Amino acid sequence: MKNSNNAPRSNFLSNISKTTRSNFITYGIIIVVYVIMQILVNAGAVSNLIRGQLIPICVFATMAVSLNLCVGILGELSLGHAGFMSVGAFTGAVAIACMESAIPSPILRLILGMLIGAVFAAIAGVIIGIPVLKLNGDYLAIVTLAFGEIIRSIFTNVYVGLDSAGLHFSILNRIKAAEDGKMIINGAIGLTGIKPIATFFMAALLLLVTLIIVFNLINSKTGRAVMALRDNQIAAQSIGISIPKFKLMAFVISAAIAGAAGTMFAENYSTMLATKFDFNTSILILVFVVLGGLGNIRGSIIAAAVLTLLPELLRSVKDYRMLAYAIILIVVMIFKNSPSIQAKMALMRSKKTARKKTKKASIGKEA
Amino acid sequence: MSEVKMVPYPSRSIVPERDVNERPVLEAMHLGVNFGGLHAVEEFNITVGKTEIAGLIGPNGAGKTTVFNLLTKVYQPTTGTILLDGKDTSNMNSVAVNKAGIARTFQNIRLFNNLTVEDNVKLGLHNSIKYTTLEGILRMPRYWKGEKESHERAMDLLKIFDMQDMAKLKASSLPYGAQRRLEIVRALATNPKLLLLDEPAAGMNPSETAELMNTIRQIRDDFGIAIMLIEHDMNLVMGVCEGIAVLNYGRIIAKGTPSEIQNNQEVIEAYLGKQKEA
Amino acid sequence: MKFLSNLINGISLGSVYAIIALGYTMVYGIARMLNFAHGDVIMVGAYICFFAIYSFNLNPVIGILMAVVVCTVLGVVIEKLAYKPLRQATSLAVLITAIGVSYFLQNMAQLLWSANPKVFPTIINGSIKLFGGELSISRTTIVIVLVCALIVVGLSIFVNHTKMGKAMRACSEDKEAAQLMGINVNKTISMTFAIGSALAAIAGVLMCCAYPNLQPTTGSMPGIKAFTAAVFGGIGSIPGAFIGGILLGVLEILGSAYISTELKDAIVFLALIIVLLVKPTGILGKKIHEKV
Repeated sequence: MKNSNNAPRSNFLSNISKTTRSNFITYGIIIVVYVIMQILVNAGAVSNLIRGQLIPICVFATMAVSLNLCVGILGELSLGHAGFMSVGAFTGAVAIACMESAIPSPILRLILGMLIGAVFAAIAGVIIGIPVLKLNGDYLAIVTLAFGEIIRSIFTNVYVGLDSAGLHFSILNRIKAAEDGKMIINGAIGLTGIKPIATFFMAALLLLVTLIIVFNLINSKTGRAVMALRDNQIAAQSIGISIPKFKLMAFVISAAIAGAAGTMFAENYSTMLATKFDFNTSILILVFVVLGGLGNIRGSIIAAAVLTLLPELLRSVKDYRMLAYAIILIVVMIFKNSPSIQAKMALMRSKKTARKKTKKASIGKEA
Repeated sequence: MSEVKMVPYPSRSIVPERDVNERPVLEAMHLGVNFGGLHAVEEFNITVGKTEIAGLIGPNGAGKTTVFNLLTKVYQPTTGTILLDGKDTSNMNSVAVNKAGIARTFQNIRLFNNLTVEDNVKLGLHNSIKYTTLEGILRMPRYWKGEKESHERAMDLLKIFDMQDMAKLKASSLPYGAQRRLEIVRALATNPKLLLLDEPAAGMNPSETAELMNTIRQIRDDFGIAIMLIEHDMNLVMGVCEGIAVLNYGRIIAKGTPSEIQNNQEVIEAYLGKQKEA
Repeated sequence: MKFLSNLINGISLGSVYAIIALGYTMVYGIARMLNFAHGDVIMVGAYICFFAIYSFNLNPVIGILMAVVVCTVLGVVIEKLAYKPLRQATSLAVLITAIGVSYFLQNMAQLLWSANPKVFPTIINGSIKLFGGELSISRTTIVIVLVCALIVVGLSIFVNHTKMGKAMRACSEDKEAAQLMGINVNKTISMTFAIGSALAAIAGVLMCCAYPNLQPTTGSMPGIKAFTAAVFGGIGSIPGAFIGGILLGVLEILGSAYISTELKDAIVFLALIIVLLVKPTGILGKKIHEKV
């Protein structure tokens, strides 16, 4: 029966439906949670505190999924993910401000803004990707960190003004828009004068689209190639899989998603500081990914939601939040890489016999 | 098994008689590499016939794996030329060499440990699956077609070693011997002209080795490809290889048929020691 | 004259980076891990010294010694608790853990000592005037440069001419082979962390002498920059860390003087990216081959 001609075909179907089922469960969770929250919000059963967190949760969940693509699937640590987010936030917000009179529909503006944010973040991803391609492991992580810091330094010194004469742009030199215009990016003050157009629906949709893209990518030949790089680069090359190509691809897709999430995030507030996207934010997203499980997309989302909401609900815990994150990183990492812990356990169990043996051996040596 | 008749080939080598009118799959000429002044391999010349099973033997540290690493461009050779099916591979990297037709296994197994057995094989098929990343993300018809075909092809390939039942297991969970076999399947999936096997029988018991010997011949016959293997198990080498090259201190000290090698005084002394053949 | 003054400031800052970079480079060379928390050990050292002088009115020298002792113990404890269980794990896992440790130290410091910046007391007073008072070099600067030179020379002698140093070099080449030769690898790694952390304490105090603003995040940026310096010079190399540190310090000061103060961090990091692009192994680094 095993060797019958039908066997592979049915295996194929069961295989596809198994991963697809798991993915669709995740999509379902997102949709159901969205609908429930929306109903509760409409019924006025949700506190302002939680309502204010709905969009950030979706944004950070999207960020976590995008970082998981880089860390969990590609296996390279990015410490500058907030940098891509800020590229998306600033470029997307400027684009949306420019389109304000041309495109009346806020939803359309938001979508276009996110696309523009994603494109610019992807360009940043390519630029940073070039040195990244030559590097591995710790070096790569440090370069992404350096990149995040560079982006932050640049955006704290950028001035963009919009008036009847058009868009004015400057780095380092403080400029002012004409009387009839306004500053969109005002140096250290950051993005100003945003009319928030982000909605919970759009944020949930962004998360859903991100999930579909990432899941479909992982379950395609491209995703397999990316995971092959994570597992063994030399073997991947030996079967004709190009390291630069797939590393760059995963990196850029991850950056583009972060850019779109950045635009959404910026459009949720009336002002946005460049320092909001610093190293701490990159680490925060990393904590979501690590707690949710490297490579576990659904886990990232849940971790992002819980860790965004929890400190808001438990104000008293807030002081200890960062400390708790640090402990989460350490404990989860040591536990997840349990081979050494298990080996330790095994060692303890066999210690009795080992001790006897070493005793014998040392006696032998002395003799 | 009766020995295959080996005949001289123009470039100072021998190939099986059946391959003599075909272009050899591999011609390595004056191949050499040095690491910081140490000549790990020098003056390595070999010709492998289109459907030959060739052996590369020699004591530990003789440079056998280094030869494989040179052929697959894990290391760039410092001297010499490699012609793969007549094509110069000087400007190729590992990826290009594989696309041009060399696939290999590794002495210390290198599987994609966190992926399933099937996915490992599908990765070998990667370059023959015809759909783009975008088509994959958008789940276009070509995606479904490509995935279906690659699944079927992967299952066919796994059948070589009767491993279809293991398709859904994680590669790292396989026993050692199965991991070695999976590496061979993955290499075969890239549709090579030349398959390099680095100690395929390591860690196998005599009956498994005997089975492997049959499989190696079977693969050669079914796929019509050449195979070059490094192996310490002399039963396997003498049983399956048609031409053998012996490497010592990075240089070839003898080339010939199994019986020639077995009776070569220099090989016996340098490699097998002064002990009498058992 | 302005340029000379900037250059001297750069060398002074660079010397601090160099001392921190030595800790990075030694740990990286031997444990093959990026000890991200190294910068925060600097901060702990500076706090210990601060409280010794400020709260307990102790002699600055005793303060420095206390900082060295506390940081040495801290370094060894961190290695034992957080890094040792991960000796066989992927570099990704180790790096994330190290970031966790770094965060832990920062936030612990914030809880213990509050986020309010503390003004580090002046330990070394006065300055030397040259060229008829046109160029003034503070004694702090001179002490920093001298201490750095002393540490580099001392460490080079230690690594190249002592038994422990030989063990360290052996472990950095091949831990398993070293173990087979009877070298206690765990002890050697602990020793490396101890030395690196002791240096971090000294660097922390020196840095706060020059830039007397102390808060829980004081160590993180210099830590990252010092890692940059270590990469600059070639990771694993002691003279490399020295050269890289000095170069980076000079680059940072000159960059902020002549290009832009706001973008000085960006300039430093851009330099890092360029170095890694052009010569990933750094100025004095060796290339490491993966065995296939």
